[in-house]
Amino acid sequence: MNIVVLVKQVPDTYSERKLRESDGILDRDATDNVIDEIDSRGVEAGLQLTEAHGGEVTVLTLGPDRATEVLRKALAMGAHKAVHVVDDAFAGSDALQTSAALAAALGKLEFDLIIAGNESTDGRTASVPAMLAERLGIPQVTFVRALEIDGTTLKAERTVDGGYTEVTSPIPAVVSVTEKINEPRYPNFKGIMAAKSKPVTTFSAEDLGLAAGDTGGAVSWSIVLDAAPRPPREAGEKVNDDGSAGTKVAEYLASARLI
Amino acid sequence: MSDVLVLVDHFDGALRKVTPELLAAASRIGNPVAVVVGAPGTAEALAPALAEAGAATVYAAESAEATQYLVTPQVAALAAAAAATSPAAILLAATIDGREIAGRLAVRLDSGVISDAVDVDADAVATQSVFGGSYTVRSKVSRGTPIISIRANSIEGSAPAAAGTVTPLEFSVDAAASATIVAVHTEPAGDRPDLGAASVVVSGGRGVGSAENFTVVEALADALGGAVGASRAAVDSGYYPHQFQVGQTGTTVSPQVYVALGISGAIQHRAGMQTSKTIVAVNKDSDAPIFEISDFGVVGDLFDVAPQLTQAVQARKG
Ligand SMILES: Cc1cc2nc3c(=O)[nH]c(=O)nc-3n(C[C@H](O)[C@H](O)[C@H](O)COP(=O)(O)OP(=O)(O)OC[C@H]3O[C@@H](n4cnc5c(N)ncnc54)[C@H](O)[C@@H]3O)c2cc1C
Ligand SMILES: Nc1ncnc2c1ncn2[C@@H]1O[C@H](COP(=O)(O)O)[C@@H](O)[C@H]1O
Repeated sequence: MNIVVLVKQVPDTYSERKLRESDGILDRDATDNVIDEIDSRGVEAGLQLTEAHGGEVTVLTLGPDRATEVLRKALAMGAHKAVHVVDDAFAGSDALQTSAALAAALGKLEFDLIIAGNESTDGRTASVPAMLAERLGIPQVTFVRALEIDGTTLKAERTVDGGYTEVTSPIPAVVSVTEKINEPRYPNFKGIMAAKSKPVTTFSAEDLGLAAGDTGGAVSWSIVLDAAPRPPREAGEKVNDDGSAGTKVAEYLASARLI
Repeated sequence: MSDVLVLVDHFDGALRKVTPELLAAASRIGNPVAVVVGAPGTAEALAPALAEAGAATVYAAESAEATQYLVTPQVAALAAAAAATSPAAILLAATIDGREIAGRLAVRLDSGVISDAVDVDADAVATQSVFGGSYTVRSKVSRGTPIISIRANSIEGSAPAAAGTVTPLEFSVDAAASATIVAVHTEPAGDRPDLGAASVVVSGGRGVGSAENFTVVEALADALGGAVGASRAAVDSGYYPHQFQVGQTGTTVSPQVYVALGISGAIQHRAGMQTSKTIVAVNKDSDAPIFEISDFGVVGDLFDVAPQLTQAVQARKG
């Protein structure tokens, strides 16, 4: 079975606090861009399924030139080939536009299953997989913590608020995985070398039949009116426990009328 | 005045707490109209509570298959209701399902969507708290019908009671584009409130040390009438189930009081709790980053401090 795994390059969530060694100033160049951790679990899920059932894993990303790095990472893990949707026209895409471009790219690929992350760490809309399923007219099986394929049926455990549900679906379908699905493998040296010669196909907006004026930030479905940094939280009172700190916390909560 | 559709979040024959909040938000924009998707009879049973919470009309989108398929029945029902009323906006809860329903619906209606709003005004301008609460962003849908998912516990005030007239709504689900729910397993939450909507959350981290020791966290949560949360390290170590994880890749909470026990305060944990009104932290390490954002910090052993606090709270309750 052939599987397309969606991978996204995101700013490393740790890098925000990196300071430049020379002068202790925030180093913006050090804001590493990495494969979103959840998407490396998606790649792992795809690899495990193709190892069991045969077929190939294609990784697909929409992003700027440097996003090829995450494709190489996924290829080094063992994915067979990669597709990069890249065009300045896509800059500033929102979730609806991202899903439209990804759906157009998927129209040029063969697949039995699409695997995505449940929620990206930067966009955090948790809606690209659902939008994609709607555009392709296929089922979505999202927030999955366990997944198996039996013939043409997919069986999954889906995390919901307050528990989980057992879900079945015909394939093709869009699956999104949670961080409980697996532990992603690390690329080994052989994998990293092999990745260098694996094929990466690129698609521009024009290749996908999308007019340049119809994509990207300028024509998004919603507009930001303003954005303000929230005043940083100030550290409050801090006490060393001298044997009565528990009581002190209770007094503090009571004085603030919180209990 | 235009109608504003609210997808009713209900469970086990009762409204979830977020539903009146959604109706309150809807009443700022227009005339609140509730859409109930469920098995036959559900809307009639919920109608009194919905009327009380401000729904003028209650659309009953009911069928046997409404509970059988994942997400697509709600999408179909809202699309049908939107066709019937040309609403000024469509509001849903920013839950796992709510955000996906919003996403699919946005594609179907060719409309813009705003995810996880913490406030909405009369012009359907939505406020979001992004990057773990580091920025406040206000935005507006510029195409189609604004579809907005709203975080529980964030809308103030309530809508005046209204008629709550039940009206059947025709809708049809495309089975071929739907996944089937075979079984639902709700993990017993006991008497504790929902993590995402609780006004008090007590979380334990790796410092709690074991699954058994989590009873210390639970005892404090119960004394305070709160929910229990956990850091990812605590979840990964098997101390507490995953659905209680707080943080960037877990639940985002914004309670009145957040108590962090044995949690260092990594940036990904803070992203899920730093908009809490009051933060209390207990940690052995006085340099733990959690203290940078705590209103009241205790440098000490959680196994001394938490039980004493539990007792003190119980004593105050008398
Ligand atoms: C992509 C990504 C997503 C992530 N998402 C999340 C997320 O959603 N939620 C999350 O929490 N983390 C998340 N993390 C992990 C995060 O980086 C941290 O590893 C994690 O939050 C650490 O949990 P902790 O504070 O419990 O453990 P530690 O960092 O190990 O801290 C334990 C603390 O307990 C204290 N302690 C020990 N014993 C005691 C005692 N007896 N009394 C008092 N204090 C004691 C120690 O001093 C220490 O500060 C994510 C990481 C990544 C890369
Ligand atoms: N630009 C993108 N390229 C490839 N996949 C993406 C992109 N944006 C989102 N996705 C996929 O959709 C998932 C959910 O993202 P989001 O809806 O932004 O929270 C991610 O984990 C990815 O698998």
